[in-house]
Parts: sequence; C-alpha cells; structure tokens
Amino acid sequence: MPTDYVIRIAGESGEGIVLSGEIVTLALSRSGFNIFTFSTYPAEVRGGPSMFQIRTGANRLRSQGDSVDILVALNDDACDENLKDLNEDGLLICDGTPEKQLNSPFDKKVINCPIPITEIASKEVGVYRCKNMVVIGALSNLLNIDYSIIESVIKEKTSRKGSHVLEKNLLAFKLGFDYAEIHKTKPIPYNLGPIGKSEKLVISGNEALALGALMSGCRFYAAYPITPATDLMEWLALELPGVGGVVIQAEDEISALGMVLGASFAGQKAFTATSGPGLSLMVELIGIASMAEIPSVIVDVQRGGPGTGMPTKTEQSDLNLALYGTHGDASRIVLAPTNVEDCFFQIINAFNLSEKYQLPVIILSDQSLGHRKESIRRPVMADIKQSKRLRPGDDEIKDYRRYGLTPAGVSPMAIPGENAGYYVAQGLEHDEYGSPCYDPENHLRMTAKRFRKLQNISGDINMFEKYGKQDASTGIIGWGSTEGAVRDAFERLDAEGYGVEVFYPKVLNPLPDKAIRNFLKNKKTILVPEINYTGQFAMLLRGKYLKQVTPLNICGGIPFTAKEIYSKVRELCNR
Amino acid sequence: MTRYTPLDYIGRNKPVWCAGCGDYGVLTALFNVFSQKKIDAKNVAIISGIGCSGRLPDFIKAYGFHGAHGRALPIAIGVKVANPSLNVFVVGGDGDGLSIGAGHFPHAARKNIDMTYILMDNSLFGMTKGQFSPTSPCKFESGSSPYGTLEEPMDPIALSLIYGSTFVARGYSGPSKLNDLINLIRQAMEHKGFSFIHVLSPCITYNKVVTFQSLNAQVVDIDEKHEITDRNEALALALREEKLYVGLFYKITKPTFGERLITISEKCGKRGLDIERLYVNFT
Repeated sequence: MPTDYVIRIAGESGEGIVLSGEIVTLALSRSGFNIFTFSTYPAEVRGGPSMFQIRTGANRLRSQGDSVDILVALNDDACDENLKDLNEDGLLICDGTPEKQLNSPFDKKVINCPIPITEIASKEVGVYRCKNMVVIGALSNLLNIDYSIIESVIKEKTSRKGSHVLEKNLLAFKLGFDYAEIHKTKPIPYNLGPIGKSEKLVISGNEALALGALMSGCRFYAAYPITPATDLMEWLALELPGVGGVVIQAEDEISALGMVLGASFAGQKAFTATSGPGLSLMVELIGIASMAEIPSVIVDVQRGGPGTGMPTKTEQSDLNLALYGTHGDASRIVLAPTNVEDCFFQIINAFNLSEKYQLPVIILSDQSLGHRKESIRRPVMADIKQSKRLRPGDDEIKDYRRYGLTPAGVSPMAIPGENAGYYVAQGLEHDEYGSPCYDPENHLRMTAKRFRKLQNISGDINMFEKYGKQDASTGIIGWGSTEGAVRDAFERLDAEGYGVEVFYPKVLNPLPDKAIRNFLKNKKTILVPEINYTGQFAMLLRGKYLKQVTPLNICGGIPFTAKEIYSKVRELCNR
Repeated sequence: MTRYTPLDYIGRNKPVWCAGCGDYGVLTALFNVFSQKKIDAKNVAIISGIGCSGRLPDFIKAYGFHGAHGRALPIAIGVKVANPSLNVFVVGGDGDGLSIGAGHFPHAARKNIDMTYILMDNSLFGMTKGQFSPTSPCKFESGSSPYGTLEEPMDPIALSLIYGSTFVARGYSGPSKLNDLINLIRQAMEHKGFSFIHVLSPCITYNKVVTFQSLNAQVVDIDEKHEITDRNEALALALREEKLYVGLFYKITKPTFGERLITISEKCGKRGLDIERLYVNFT
C-alpha cells in the first residue's frame, strides 16, 4: 500500500473547483493527514479548464505526486483531459449514471464510480452551482473522509454567503454522499478516515510569507494587484490593521516600492510583493534602495514570462532580473525559499538581513509555491528573532556621517523625528555625509562599502541545504521550489542505491561560494533542474565556477514531478 | 534646535544652481517659513525627484530623500504614513512631476495625504541643459525641439484641482512676490491635507521665453473676492488664458488619508498580536 494518495478534482473555471478542493484539504488536515496541494487554473475569471489536486498521507509530503489515485471530473471534457494521469487501478468519479460509457478508449482497470453530479445539483438540490458539494459528498463516502468534519468545514467556508446557500450546500453534500453509498458496486481500497488530531497549519506559500512578515514585525505593506501575488495583499489588508499596520494599494508597482522605501526611511519595516512584470517596473528603485542603503523587502511570486506571459502558471525565469536587474553595480540579497514552511522563515530572514545590512532583499517564490498549500509545523513567536537597524549614538550625531565607512560596510542610520541626524538619503553617489560626490576614488570606496555588506551574511542565516552522499559522483543543484520534487526523487534513488548528493542554496546572492565549490569539486555529473527555458542558474554556475553542468529545463508552466527528476538522474547514471 | 533664524536652516551643501535661478526663491521661502514657525528640523522630511529643483534637500538642514526621477510623491506617502508626526514636503520640477512622474500626482492628491507638494516650474528640463517640458509653451524652441514643440502645455493648477487636492495655489519666485510665496508655503504647511503650490521659477540659463521679465508682466494677484472653497470658480480662474494668476485658488477641508486610516483600524478592531487567532485561518 502506498503511504499517500493523490486526489484530483477537475472541471471548468467557475464550477467551484477551488472551493471544493479547499474544503477537502481542510477536512483531511483536521483528520490528521499531511497535505500538499497543486492547482491549475486559467487567468480568466470564467471558463477554461481548472483543477485542484490534493496529495495527502500520514508523512510529510514534498511534491505534488507523480500521478493521480482518485480523479473527480465535473464534466466530460475534464474527464477526457485528465484520464491519462489516473493510475491503472485508480478511482474515477465522473458525471453520469452507472450506465455511462466513457468517451475515450479506455482499458485501464479503474474503479469507475459515476455520480450524476449535474443532475443531483440541478434537479434534486435545484442549484446547478452546488455540483462541487455533490462531489465532496461522494468523496466523503467513497474515501471514508469523516462526514461531520467535512460538514463543519462547509459551514465555516460557506455560511457567510447566507443561510439559504449553506442549506443548499449541505443538502447537495448529503445527496452526493447518499448516492455514492447506494450505488458503489466494488469495495474501495482507500481509507482517509481520521488518524488523529493535526497540530499543523495547512497554509499556502503566499500566506506563509504574509504571516511571516506580520510576525517579524513588519507593519507597512504597499503593492499593486498582480497574479499570482495578489492574495498576499488581501490577507495582509485583512490582518495588518489589527496589529497597528497599514496596507496601501498603490497606483503601480513603482509607486508601491517607492512607498516601501519612504516608510523604511521613516523607520518602519516595510515590504511589497509582486510578480515578474511588477519586478521589471521596480528595478530602478531597487538601485536607489541599494545606493541610498534603505532596508526593503521585495517578494517576487514568479509566473510564466516574458511580457504578460502566463499569469497563473509557474516559472523560475526571473532569476536574472532578481540578481542583476537595475543599472549600475547594485548590491542586494536574493533569497529562494524551497517550500511553504521555508517561505515563512525566509521572509523573516529577509527582514533581518535588510534591517541589519540596509539594502534591498528580494525573495524569489513562484506561482506553484505561492498558491499550493502544505502542512507546516506551528511557528512559535518566541523563536522568531528580530534584527535591529544600527542607529547613531549621541556622539555620532554631532558630526553625523550617514554613509560612514566602516569595516563591515554598515553605517548607523538616523531616523527622521528621532534626533538631529539630518541627512539626505542619496540616490546620487555621495560621500560619507550623503553629499553628492563624483570623485573617482570616492565612487570606488563607496561601491566597495556597499558590496562589503554582503560578505558577512553567512554568519546570520543558513546559506544552503545539502544532503546525500558526499563522495557521490552525481549531484543535483537547483534553487527554489523545485527542491521538493528533487527530494522525493533523491529518496527513491537513494533507496535504489544510486549515489547522489543534492545542494540547494537558500541565498542566491551572495552565493555560498565555498560550499558550492566543495560540492562541485568531485562531481562528474551535475544536474541543474530549473523551470525556465534558458537555464539561468546553470549559466551562472558555469560562468562563476567554470564547471560543466547538465541543465534540465521545463517551461510548460507547471512544476517538476519527482518522476521527471528521478528518470533524468537514472538516465545520466546509466549512460 | 535652539535657534530658529532662517540662517539656522542652511544645509551642509552649497546650492549648485546658476546664480539668479528662480529656485533660490523657493529655498529662501522655505528657510523663512521654518523660521517663522520655529520648526525643529529633525521633524522635517523633504522628498525630491531628479532635476535642478530636486537638488533642494541637499541645501537645507532637514531630513531629505533624493530618490528616483518622478517618484518623490510615492516615497513621501510612505514617509508620512509611517510617521504622521513629520512635516513632509515634496519638491520637484515640471519634468519630474508632470512628465515622468505624472501618474503619481492624481493618486497623491486624491488620497489627501497631509503634506505639501511644491512644483517648481521653469518650463523646461534644466539639468539636461534645456529641452522642452510639459509646461513649455506650444512652438517652444529648445535643444530637443529645434523647430518648435508640437504639444500644448499642461496646466498644473487645473490638473491639481481636478485630481482632488484640497489646497491649490500658485506662487512666483520673483523678488516682487517672495513674501507672498512665503505666506503661501506657510499656509500650505498649516493646511491639513494635500497642499499643492505651483511655483513659477524661471530658468535664467536656458529659457529665453519664460523669464522673470515675461512673468513679471504676466502675473496678477487673485482678486480678494475670489471664493476659495468653490472648485468651479478656481478652475475657471486657472483656465483664463490672458492672465497668470498667483495666490490661493482653492482650499477646503476633507478627512486626510491618515484620518481615514484610523477608521480602518477601528473597523478592524485592535486585536493585538494574537497568533492563535491568526492560526485559526489555517487549521
């Protein structure tokens, strides 16, 4: 028996796919299971294929799963489209009566449990839109997901739409449950009945970033709506005012970052989140933040690019923009969280690093990481450490040098209103006082100062994650959200006796050079999986460490499966 | 600060402006306003963009932010919202505010952020040595328009009124109107809300059309009988082509952005940092 299952609910955008997925997710989490969700949907509000997939099991889950165990199809198109991903012996719940014949040629030994989803919703409940609740009822019955747990989740999630809606939803849920009970013909080999009480949170990458920001003391957020980062703003708009914070929807991303820089100049911890097109607009001000040494945090939830690209699809193609975007030599830190729990901790790192080193910190998340939900341990407030900005003392104020040259490159930062440390946060090259200065030696000194700040951060945070056999001749090195699929593939390869070592830097700028050199040293084959066309990280590794690497690129807008990584490594090892 | 004479507000850098530049008038006016109101310089933040006028924060003793071209308003909004007790000024030119940064002007105005925006208008790009700007007159010949400009000029006063500024005035940095400019900036500073002052501040080096001489002949004080709370009347005054009115066009009281933010906090309720309550969303 496998230790976990993949449930996929597929249909059309507007059929309530996401809501049904969220309800089942929460019910399973409350039943004591771990969760890893994955969903695809079009950028448009109505129409187009949409699906919500839940991988669930007793152990921690790190990727979305290679194939589907239980497929629910709300319409025939969704059935035809998704059937290829269903396992040989999987369970299929499609819309129809027991006599229903499947459209596509079908020789799999699947357990076919047709439910007249549309008919029950339209005729018996009288509300077509309740199709998703009929489906949840059927799932509850067939997978033994606790009836009362689901019932209470439905109440919580839909009661604010009014008692009439809730009543219909509960009726549809019950009718779906009862229909499945009466009409199931074979024993169903899945049991997702409660296994305990979960202490974990089931949370998305975007929510984890927002929660982490709030818990690390950030009280100012400005942003412009953009898929797939908007839900971060909506969560903060709801919660930040309650702790004395402010959320401003700016007129564009340039303004959003401008507001963040202004708030930070005035002493607040501030951040913004966007996606690729927004980051493109922000790059000039990233240079200003670097030059004027203003602590600031920028989250990029990457999507398919370039141009408007694929707003609801994932990609890792903003690496170069994050590392190099803006004119001039601009020091900045770039962090890459590898999973949802890591999102929470990396944004805390981002605030601490930006406050301590007074520079912009960019976090590279992506659509799949931002929107998927994972079970994470409950963060404890007492564990969260907050770095403070270096402030000038009374004696330093007398002859205040905002940009004073120090061994570590960090100079005390005065805050307006607090004391007489008058200075100009200066976008022009400047001397130690902040006065414009174009002297050649000064520009060199000051540029070196701004880059010197990057040298010490390895003492502040974990720069990387590494596991596997140190003497292995095969290595995998990647960044960001691909880590989960790599970890799953690694475990399978490891169990099969393939010697592999895996390296994931959490900091992409500055890279942990020494550790990467050590990792690369004795490897014969180095796989670099990335969700982009050009292999931006592979190119960086080649150029920086002069080592040949094997890029593995996909750019279809969906994340890697563990199987893709596993197969590629086997192919390379057996070559 | 212990002394509050105008000279006590002189910054550490000497102005880089050409001798006789209109911008000196604005700098002098600011020194005088701060002196009159005995403002402690530590509570002043002057945010600027790029251009000759954008260099002003370097010449004044106060906190300053010399940021990116056209982005002074958003930065200033961040400053004011983060610390509402600061006196926040935005200074910049016609290129900064009406060309590259024009998209921010309406949004700062309609938020009614409690700050003062001084647009120093010399009707061209001075720092880049004389190209036409959004307020250059039509057919204006400049480095980038050797055969004359094709566009009609923008009207900063009319725009500001339409955008929702709650204080709209025009000043002139010529010596004859310096006292009036001081008074306008003082009133703007005292105004609760977004105050906008369009200052005619000619470039003596590159602008041979809009000059102190031409402006001296054009400017006319707004009639004392003008009703400052009537936006239509203010707009009509702004759009009169035969005259260039100086003085206070419009002034009304509306809740500021900061005051409206407090209503949000009230609606949301002071919950404090209750982690377990936040976690309910995820369990």
